[in-house]
Amino acid sequence: MEKELNRRRRFLNYLLGTGAGATLVAIFYPVLKFLIPPEVTEAIQNSVVAGKVNEIGANTGKIFKFGNKPGLIVRTTSGNLKAFSATCTHLDCIVQYRPESADIWCACHNGRYDLSGQNVGGPPPRPLDEYQVNVRGDDIIVTKG
Amino acid sequence: MNPDISHPTGKADSLKQWLDDRLGIGEIFHLVQKKEVPVHRHEIWYYFGGMTLFLFMVQVFTGILLLLYYRPSAENAFESVQFIMTEVQFGWLIRSIHSWSANLMIATLFIHLFSVFFLKAYRSPRELTWVSGVLLLFIALGFGFSGYLLPWNQLAFFATKVGTDIAGVVPFVGEFMLRFLRGGEDVTGATLTRFFGFHVAVLPALTTALIGFHLLLVQKQGMSVPPSLEGKPVKTMKFFPNFLLRDLIGWILAIGVLAALSAIFPWELGEKADPFAPAPAGIRPEWYFLFMFQTLKLIPAKIWIFDGEVIGVLVFAVGGLFLFLVPFIDRPGKSGKSKTSSALTIAGILVVLFIVGMTIYGYLD
Ligand code: HEM
Ligand code: FES
Repeated sequence: MEKELNRRRRFLNYLLGTGAGATLVAIFYPVLKFLIPPEVTEAIQNSVVAGKVNEIGANTGKIFKFGNKPGLIVRTTSGNLKAFSATCTHLDCIVQYRPESADIWCACHNGRYDLSGQNVGGPPPRPLDEYQVNVRGDDIIVTKG
Repeated sequence: MNPDISHPTGKADSLKQWLDDRLGIGEIFHLVQKKEVPVHRHEIWYYFGGMTLFLFMVQVFTGILLLLYYRPSAENAFESVQFIMTEVQFGWLIRSIHSWSANLMIATLFIHLFSVFFLKAYRSPRELTWVSGVLLLFIALGFGFSGYLLPWNQLAFFATKVGTDIAGVVPFVGEFMLRFLRGGEDVTGATLTRFFGFHVAVLPALTTALIGFHLLLVQKQGMSVPPSLEGKPVKTMKFFPNFLLRDLIGWILAIGVLAALSAIFPWELGEKADPFAPAPAGIRPEWYFLFMFQTLKLIPAKIWIFDGEVIGVLVFAVGGLFLFLVPFIDRPGKSGKSKTSSALTIAGILVVLFIVGMTIYGYLD
């Protein structure tokens, strides 16, 4: 009799436990999912008009929008156009062209890149992504890849 | 009339009796009255917990006031803070006090934590008091980090980019944490909305609960005395009213300091954040993150085959976890003095020197 009661009690406890567990999962699963932001699908943009040719003089740089990411376009002292991702490979700051030293500089932790995007000083671990530059009429066209 | 001696006569007394019958105030009061504070030459350190509590109350009060005008979106946040600063009567004062008090609160919190550490007040049975205190420290840093972004200015924008990117560096969970914190890939208006929610709802609720727990334990276990005085006769004073009145003097002084700082150095607003502008020169986080910032700046890009920043971030993360374990590592031995305990003290001194040194270096650099 005693044994039988224990068996029944265990069974009820088991039912109660799994019921409570399932309820908790049913409550917290949606909550956890809610916390993770949905993936926003951007129209994949492979090329963009970064600016006008006469807008960027020799030895200057300019930030342009590549979709929702910043890009940097530079005209070197010799007049060549170069384009890079402007996102520092260290911790995500936005880099800038420094005319005084003719290099690319990140103010956040003093990271430095040369004009082919190579990381040459400070903490950045990787070079900047380089883009292709074409000039069509007045427009500077920057292309990925 | 023949007044009954055992029953209250006055209106006030009968109200007190009525409330006491229902709320049991007498019992609570009795508990408070039981608490004694040891009086000795290290007594000054007992004031920093209460000071932190006071500054937190200032935060809640001024924070709620700011909420009346603040608007949490990338389009409006900066302008709404500008409005607070220029149009709202005494808006500049309320905002400055909120910012100054946030900084002072973190400073007193650090002092409180290190004084508890060096006086070894975390030892059994006060382990959980220490653990809740360390949690409160991290929450306070979270308050500072999330609040810093709210005005949506250039400095805050980049500090948040860097700070959240650091979370992304952590192996395995980094990617998830980064998206969770930013509310997406990048720091955008979505990040601001999230940080606002953390700052004014999640963190205040957590803090209130933890402070309650922390204080309950302090009340229950009483104040510890430093090891150098253990076993010796120590004078005490009543917590209520003697110690509390001294606390109050400190709080009045704090109000004075806050008002003076806010009036003489009103908090700056800077320029509105622009996600397509280069990071401005001279960018640096709030002073309490500066030692980590400076360390990351000094670590080389590669350590052997690993990214330097990964190593740096992991070291700080392990240090943070280690902080929780202090009371479980330092268990008083039979003799009262132990090798681990002295080693911990020395490690603590080195950590303080490192933090202070790196912070100063960060300012000079
Ligand atoms: C430990 C507690 C707290 C800390 C450390 C803290 C810290 C901060 C910081 C650093 C800022 C940015 C200041 C600025 O540049 O203007 C801020 C802004 C703000 N905080 Fe707090 N805060 C705390 C508690 C609260 C609470 C409890 C509330 C409300 C319930 C609140 C509401 C706000 C609001 C609305 C702003 C934006 C307005 C502005 O930037 O001027 N804070 N907080
Ligand atoms: S984010 Fe560019 S150097 Fe650190």
